[in-house]
Amino acid sequence: MNLKLHVWRQPSAKDTGRIESYEARDVSPDMSFLEMLDVVNEELIVAGKRPIAFDHDCREGICGSCGMMINGVAHGPQKATAACQLHMRTFKDGDEIVIEPWRARAFPIIKDLVVDRSAFDRIIQRGGYVSVNTGGAPDGNDILIGKSSADHAMDAAACIGCGACVAACPNASSSLFTGAKITHLGKLPQGQPERDRRVIGMVEQMDIEGFGNCSWFGECQEACPKEISIDVIKQMNRDYVAASARASSNE
Amino acid sequence: MNQVTRFWRSTIGRKIVMAVTGIIGIGFLLAHITGNLLAFKGPDAINSYSHFLHGPGAELLWAARVVLIVALILHVAAAYSLTQQSHAARPDGYTKRVPQASTLASRFMRWGGVLLLVFIVYHILHFTTGTFHPGGEYVEGDVYHNVVQAFHVWWVAVFYMVSMVFLGLHLYHGAWSSARTLSITGDSPHPLKHQLSVAIAVVVWLGFTLVPLGVLLGWIG
Repeated sequence: MNLKLHVWRQPSAKDTGRIESYEARDVSPDMSFLEMLDVVNEELIVAGKRPIAFDHDCREGICGSCGMMINGVAHGPQKATAACQLHMRTFKDGDEIVIEPWRARAFPIIKDLVVDRSAFDRIIQRGGYVSVNTGGAPDGNDILIGKSSADHAMDAAACIGCGACVAACPNASSSLFTGAKITHLGKLPQGQPERDRRVIGMVEQMDIEGFGNCSWFGECQEACPKEISIDVIKQMNRDYVAASARASSNE
Repeated sequence: MNQVTRFWRSTIGRKIVMAVTGIIGIGFLLAHITGNLLAFKGPDAINSYSHFLHGPGAELLWAARVVLIVALILHVAAAYSLTQQSHAARPDGYTKRVPQASTLASRFMRWGGVLLLVFIVYHILHFTTGTFHPGGEYVEGDVYHNVVQAFHVWWVAVFYMVSMVFLGLHLYHGAWSSARTLSITGDSPHPLKHQLSVAIAVVVWLGFTLVPLGVLLGWIG
């Protein structure tokens, strides 16, 4: 099939970008979206033009590197699918596809479709971890975890940090990402000692980075390739209030 | 003071202020509707309720007014600063963005809120102070007379009824999202489902629409 692409081109962070149009010819329906871009890039390179820059790594939907707005939807039209796992059979011959980078002040554009998501790393640095002493490996089943806690933690831990939630949110809020980390660690016994510090630090960092607030549009949940529920944001709010109350009573 | 400042400065803190003040507002609206519907029982019922509020119940009335004014100011201030923050969070918009899950009501919260603020100001000038009362003379204390006269002017009745549609939309998203912000609902396999908030929105919309509609159709007066 043949497609017309309208792609955001921006040589560097300092330059102003614009949409440019390309023809994608003889696209196989079995190609992934990124493979289709690879083919377009081959042609651009042969023609002596600058290829379209985009992030990617595992190409099996688990690393969170790829991500772009495809026809106005984060990761494209297929639900619960990262851009690398989106196949061209979702499109039809003659389609026009608008491709843009994630847009948020906290995610500055590096080049074309590549954005700097270090803001997420800095949120993680404020508490998205558990501190474990070194030493011999602990025995299996040493710490018992209830089935429902394990399920909730596991569902939240599915977050791959791709940033689609921020991209899809009309407020460019990172609440789904931060909420997922807080729920993931907060539901497990290993996460308890640092639970209050974690939520206060991560929420504060989220504000420092310049993300918007959560208005409960629900767009993030719909865009998430791992189908993380907005219930994690509720958990974050509850933990934040409880931790703030405990912090103020200790002062 | 430091704790209060920190709470206000955090986005979650301001969202909680919005949710709590919003719920205070819903409580007030339900009480307001109960009073309004007395118009269907005739002039004596609603006028004696008004006399109670301005006579023996005056302290109660003023306490409610103070709470409501403070709640409204906090609600608007939080909404304004959160909106500014959200706009700053995405300085360059998308060429194309297609909403996937958000309701019309959720996307209309901000403009709808501004509209409701205009309505509240007009409404107070209209019925509380009587400063702007088209269609006849405002009689202090004769609520029934004022209401009937006001809604005989068709465009006043239409303005009220249109505003109440926006109030219903505001509550449809507001009641649902407040409950989530405050984390007072349980986890759900379908978290986007609105149940209680549909009921609240319909009751408030219908409750307030009945009186202007009743006057227009001749059920009242």
